[in-house]
Amino acid sequence: MSFHLFTGTDTYLVTPELRDAVNVACALEKPLLIRGEPGTGKTVLAEAIAENLDKQLLTWNIKSTTKAQEGLYVYDTIQRLNDARFGDRDIGDIRQYIKLGPLGLALRAQERVVLLIDEIDKADMEFPNDLLHELDRMSFSVFETGDQITAEHRPIVVITSNNEKELPDAFLRRCVFHYIEFPNKETMANIVRVHHPDVEDELLRQVLLRFYWLRDLPDVRKRPSTSELIDWIAAIRRGGITAQAIEKELPFMGVLLKRESDIEMVLAKRRFGRVS
Amino acid sequence: MFVDFLYHLRDFGLKVTSTEWLALMQALRGGHARANLNTFYHLARCLLVKRESEYDNYDRAFASFFGGIEASPDVSEELLEWLKNPILPEISDEDRAKMRAFDLDELAARFRELLEQQKERHDGGNRWIGTGGTSPFGHGGEHPTGVRVGGGGGGRSAVQVADSRRYRNLRSDRILDTRQIGLALRRLKRLDKDEGPQELDLDDTIDQSARNGGEIELVFGPPRRNRVKLLLLMDVGGSMDPYTHLCERLFSAAHAANHFKKFEYRFFHNCVYRRLYTDMQHSKGDPTHEVLKTLDHTWSAVFVGDAWMAPTELTHGGGAIDFDDRNSIAGLEWLRRIRQRVPNSIWLNPEPRGRWNEPSIHMIRRVFPMYELTIDGLTEAVDVLRGTRPNRPSANQIKP
Repeated sequence: MSFHLFTGTDTYLVTPELRDAVNVACALEKPLLIRGEPGTGKTVLAEAIAENLDKQLLTWNIKSTTKAQEGLYVYDTIQRLNDARFGDRDIGDIRQYIKLGPLGLALRAQERVVLLIDEIDKADMEFPNDLLHELDRMSFSVFETGDQITAEHRPIVVITSNNEKELPDAFLRRCVFHYIEFPNKETMANIVRVHHPDVEDELLRQVLLRFYWLRDLPDVRKRPSTSELIDWIAAIRRGGITAQAIEKELPFMGVLLKRESDIEMVLAKRRFGRVS
Repeated sequence: MFVDFLYHLRDFGLKVTSTEWLALMQALRGGHARANLNTFYHLARCLLVKRESEYDNYDRAFASFFGGIEASPDVSEELLEWLKNPILPEISDEDRAKMRAFDLDELAARFRELLEQQKERHDGGNRWIGTGGTSPFGHGGEHPTGVRVGGGGGGRSAVQVADSRRYRNLRSDRILDTRQIGLALRRLKRLDKDEGPQELDLDDTIDQSARNGGEIELVFGPPRRNRVKLLLLMDVGGSMDPYTHLCERLFSAAHAANHFKKFEYRFFHNCVYRRLYTDMQHSKGDPTHEVLKTLDHTWSAVFVGDAWMAPTELTHGGGAIDFDDRNSIAGLEWLRRIRQRVPNSIWLNPEPRGRWNEPSIHMIRRVFPMYELTIDGLTEAVDVLRGTRPNRPSANQIKP
């Protein structure tokens, strides 16, 4: 078997476990299901795979109203109805009204592509089950025309979930699963350096100390995530705040905490003494 | 030994199926374990375990299965034995033939070599470089040079990682927060045609337009709505005090869920008697029989309480724990009446199942199906209310 192994990219750092999971999923041609806290880079992973393996990326963003069928194709009946009444197109040719969705496009693609099915748990409970056959066989038929579309190159399917809904067992059985843990301090320092390559060591150390202190407070309702940390560091650096100042206070707290109750709670905690 | 691991995992409550097991075999054949227990730990986990809530079980199973092995000097012997016997249940002869195709002796030698290397370097470096190109598992799994094997930072072994049980907090049988409860309750739906603003019915529109000779004829119909009416009955005070937070969360989640057709709540103390209260202090309320009149079989009722009380509080008139609540009808009779009026009713108990061997709990379990107030319990309870799981009270003894 020859395929290029996923190794991560300059801007996307990958743990060995996640990297292995990606490569196993590619090799076994099974969808890769990724779960994890918001801000752990689930969605960006697909982009990194596409970039790293030099493949085209197709994204299917799932909403609460998304139906499995829409991913394959949509038969635009309204347009056809309209054309029948007012248009001058040949309405006998149904194919021109069949519009492929992201999954349909991925299966028809001439080369192997990366398909991201983002936030699958947003959709209806039955949604994943409706995709079982297509993901298994990597083929589908267009009912209206009788056409059968089978993937010549099975796409690399990355599915993300925020765990809002329990996914069906039958669906889970077919996936390779990886749970992205929230990065620890060392990994986080590396991630930060990707975005802020020239950040001072002492500043980074202090920032991370505060950040993990905040995350570990038991009463925080919405815990700050990676992207918020990176924004926070940007704010701190632009504001010209020194490492010593961070040690004493928490500047630009609104970048990290988005709930009023969280901010009040942290302020109250600080009144009772020093952080850490 | 190999199949033993499958059954060992199943013993720990992981529902590993043959499909998943075969996927693991395929990955092993492809050389993805790289003859390294650390890598194998992650490989098997990503193929066999599909929920982070089960990571903890997997860790426990893995640690207990491999724990002794890694510590002993005969590591390779036992592991090699294990790798030599990849006999699987329920697989075709064709598959079995494929599996025999790789050279076991070669694999064994390579495996031993790598294992020794790992030992030697255990306290030294944490980077271990594979020698590109030759996968120990035969079949052309290509490794480009410089693949790092093993733990990222501290060089912890798989068993040690498994042993530390980092995923304990992700277990789904732990108690829940408001959002999780809300999500569980969101599954409580029964869809029905309802009155309200009309929606375009596309299929009918096309049908009618076609019948109309192409003149577009728009057809509107009623939208589908959730018809669940939920009554939440909560035990407050006394032995329920330790669970106040949990009950508040359940209450706020149910209250915030706006997809119910109707939502009502009432409070009681230990058991329902002739009054149901609308405040937690038991000062305002309505007679129970008046409340019952407003209910019928289209409602769903959820009781929340520890069901733990003196049996006489259930069986005797005048048994109510609050002295001024002079009940002539026994508590259990009230519960039966509610169950009769609202058959779609269940009881959630914040006490862990292991403590349910109390006479009063048994009596109540004969009236209502009882579930733990955990994610799993709540999910099962919602299934009962949705009608996808039989609604049967039970009085089986609970294994402590």
